[in-house]
Amino acid sequence: MEKTIYGFVFRHSLRQQFVLLALTVVSFPVLYVFYEVPKIIIDDALSGDKSPRMLFGVELELYPYLAVLCLTFLVLVLANGAFKFNINTGKGRLGERLLRRLRYNLYSRLLRFPLPVFKRVGQGEIIPMVTQEVEPLGGFMGDALAQPVYQFGILVTIAAFMLIQEPFLGLAAIALYPFQMYAIPKLQRKVNALAKQRVQYVRRLSDRIGESISTIEAVHADDGSNRLRADIAERLGGIYDVRYEIFRRKFFIKFLNNFLAQLTPFFFYSIGGYLVIEGQLSIGALVAVLAAHKDMSAPWKELLAYYQQQADARIKYDQVVQQFDPPGMIEESLQVEEAEALPQIGPDSRLAFENAAYAEDEISQPVRSATFSVGLGEHVAIVGPSGGGKEELGLLAARLATVTGGRAHLDGRALAELPQAVFGRQAAYVGPNASLFNASLGENLLFGLRHRPLRPADAGPEEAARREARAAEARRSGNSDADFGADWVDYDAAGAGPGQEMVRRMVEVLAAVGLDEDLYTLGLRGVLDPEAHAGLAERVLEARAALRSRLDAPGAAAPIEPFDADAYNVNATVAENLLFGAPIGPAFAVANLAGHPFVRSVLAEAGLLDRLEGVGLQVAKIMVELFADIDPGHELFQQYSFIEADDLPDFRAIAARADRLGLAGLEAEERERLLGLPFLLIPERHRLGLIDDEVRADLLTARRLFRERLPEADRASVEFFDAGRYTARASLQDNILFGRIRHGQAHGAARVSALLADVIDEVGIREAVMEAGLAFEVGIAGSRLTQTQRQKLAFARALLKRPALLVVNMATAGVERVAREMLFLAVRTAMEGRGVIWVLEAPELAEGFSRTVMVEEGRTVEDGGYEALKEAGGPFARLLRQ
Amino acid sequence: MALNEEVEALRAIPLFQRIEASRLRLLAFTSERVRFEPDDLVVREGDIGDAAYIVLEGRAEVLVKTPQGPLRVAELGRNDIIGEIAILIDVPRTATVRATEAVTALRISKELFFRLVEEFPQMAVEIMRELAQRLDRTTADLREARAQLAAG
Repeated sequence: MEKTIYGFVFRHSLRQQFVLLALTVVSFPVLYVFYEVPKIIIDDALSGDKSPRMLFGVELELYPYLAVLCLTFLVLVLANGAFKFNINTGKGRLGERLLRRLRYNLYSRLLRFPLPVFKRVGQGEIIPMVTQEVEPLGGFMGDALAQPVYQFGILVTIAAFMLIQEPFLGLAAIALYPFQMYAIPKLQRKVNALAKQRVQYVRRLSDRIGESISTIEAVHADDGSNRLRADIAERLGGIYDVRYEIFRRKFFIKFLNNFLAQLTPFFFYSIGGYLVIEGQLSIGALVAVLAAHKDMSAPWKELLAYYQQQADARIKYDQVVQQFDPPGMIEESLQVEEAEALPQIGPDSRLAFENAAYAEDEISQPVRSATFSVGLGEHVAIVGPSGGGKEELGLLAARLATVTGGRAHLDGRALAELPQAVFGRQAAYVGPNASLFNASLGENLLFGLRHRPLRPADAGPEEAARREARAAEARRSGNSDADFGADWVDYDAAGAGPGQEMVRRMVEVLAAVGLDEDLYTLGLRGVLDPEAHAGLAERVLEARAALRSRLDAPGAAAPIEPFDADAYNVNATVAENLLFGAPIGPAFAVANLAGHPFVRSVLAEAGLLDRLEGVGLQVAKIMVELFADIDPGHELFQQYSFIEADDLPDFRAIAARADRLGLAGLEAEERERLLGLPFLLIPERHRLGLIDDEVRADLLTARRLFRERLPEADRASVEFFDAGRYTARASLQDNILFGRIRHGQAHGAARVSALLADVIDEVGIREAVMEAGLAFEVGIAGSRLTQTQRQKLAFARALLKRPALLVVNMATAGVERVAREMLFLAVRTAMEGRGVIWVLEAPELAEGFSRTVMVEEGRTVEDGGYEALKEAGGPFARLLRQ
Repeated sequence: MALNEEVEALRAIPLFQRIEASRLRLLAFTSERVRFEPDDLVVREGDIGDAAYIVLEGRAEVLVKTPQGPLRVAELGRNDIIGEIAILIDVPRTATVRATEAVTALRISKELFFRLVEEFPQMAVEIMRELAQRLDRTTADLREARAQLAAG
């Protein structure tokens, strides 16, 4: 990256900068005339002499002469404005493109950092640099050349105008500039240094806050919050001190500037006044000079501001660029460029290390001398005491780290010189913590197959043109023009074609690592678009019918209460009973029902409004009583209370007022809040006895009214339940059940799952259910999955691309024992005949691998079969005995 | 309301006798009401228990395994508690309980019970008191039994 901001600006925008500059220079003559015309108007047209005037060889009467001059003035105003407009938007666009390029470059470099950097540098430091800190640089870069020239040009033009009008006054106007030019930057330098300090302080602050969030468990467990508070307070104090100092100095500079700017008019009035009285200067000239001077202070200020910005921007650019230039960065050519033909890895390939060493920095050198080689048709275990260098060896083998000594090569080619794509597409890596994205399970699986856009996205001509325009703009800023919306999936690598074939393959791989049951369960809770899955809706309806016939079979007490348009479902909420459908969007969401005018009108007509408010009041009273002295953060609250902890005091107050004034004495807003509570009630579950038979009957009336009177505008906001139709908004499970699981039946849930599994297999939609599971959102870093599920998913991602080499690095340490055994078997079976290098957490797991390499204190000390090493009585045997 | 009925049942259990009514209401509200059909097993001998049940309605029998097959040792009915030890410590169920007619019970899970105890330490004290009394009775019984053995 360019070392200085000017280097960056000129390298990437020299041509555009000159275009802007040319535009700027052309604007100066216009500006000069713009100042000239008013003087002619005052001195000539208004001089009192009413004789005709000559203008460009044409004789004009006085009035037309004045009119022509005024119109000229107007045209000049417009021309001047047009120049400004074009120069400013041009600068803005230029700056934004440069900023885009800068951000993109920084991010692109971030992706090329060697891994150890991330141990030292926190997210909190890096992210603000790319996002907020470079933001002001954009403005500056657009201004880099044109702004100083433009402002200086204006200044010179005005100064020239004044000097020509009246040399004395002109000199007076600029007399103080040299002093300002000397003093202000000197003062400013100190302010800049402080600003730089502030940036660092804030960066560290955000890093600290990030750290507090990631260690929050320890903070609670060790009662460490107050120490952290003290730390943050200290840091905020530092920022305050710096900030205050900046203010003092900054406003002093401002004061000085203003004072000097006001000093000039003093000269005008005194010297100019004297000259006018003496008759040596026309009053028109004095007025013009005064007007010009007023206009002069603006560019002068801009120039000073530019100077300050420039100093600031240079510092910021230096700081950021330094941070983004760590030693050991991966060569751009190895990562970004698409190689013509990649070296192929196959079962005959050989990965070899000779006296390989790896040092993260001067102090830590986890691998000192590793010598071993692996044929990519065999399965090799790497074992050793923890901290002995085996994990780093795993990173080296996966080419995630580069040797700093000795040799590491694949089929005779140094690993460090191979493009990242060689391993990235033909090898796979599973580390101790699965790297999962905040996306669906399926997206996470496919990440291992998406290396470059392979097939353009299906798009109409209009959309294609839009994309092309975007790509062209991206190229102008040196950004990637690869279409994110294209199909990037390398189907050949997975050995499955697009569409259903790929989906089946994904389900297969997930099943292989033992995620099939999880996928099925997640799929049941998932929502599938019936339009995208032809025939699915019909089969789900078949399953629904099959389930119903089983429920109707005599003898079995049904664990499900089916939805019935004419009956109240005591296992569903009041809201569900009222809508008898699934809300679409926010209009009829439970939280908004009480405030919805149509819902209120329906309830009123069914005579329920007051009664439900009464029920709400009772619910509120019960909740206030039950949860009064429960800690607001407690799980009991979140799980059982109808009222959020924060709202409890409000409801206590409402209940108290209702006791005094009665329901009728409450404000409309309070009554609305009460009305919101009963909608969540499920009579069978909550057993509060508040929804009696009479209320139920009236709710059925309300249900009927709701359906009949639903305004056209609201039709799209609810999808009514219909025994003969698929509810697109509801989960697969809800669609099959078409009812609610009865509360309070022993083993009810287990019986329902058995029934579900039964009918799902009968109509043959298990696969569709699993497919729905692929759409499950895994949450930030996979937080909605368990540790075991996350690791299994990482293995599935690795297996999906059918790698020639799989490197596993301590990946099953956090996995349950049974799952671990299953994973070992499944992964090794799937990788039969291809290379596996597995860094193991325990030596006894090496049994069954074709070879075992023992690593101790950064050295490979033994290499051989499991039994042979066990017999040998060397370091491996000792480790095994521990 | 049904909740009150459950609170009354809880109050009848010695373990919960001394606990404030409002706490019992919370316990009842957060617990699940479960229905067992005749012949359903409420708990099975040898299983690790995760909940206690309070019978609100219906009858059940207590069976223990013997070499000669299951032996019926007791019958349970309204306001009897089943498997209360399980909510205090992890032990396998010491007997099987089978519903002889339809049984409605209040299921108090170990997890929930501990959360309540966490929130209200006073509850723990009351339970300790009750358990100490039981221990005292058991010790007295043991002493008596030994004395009888020695005498016999």
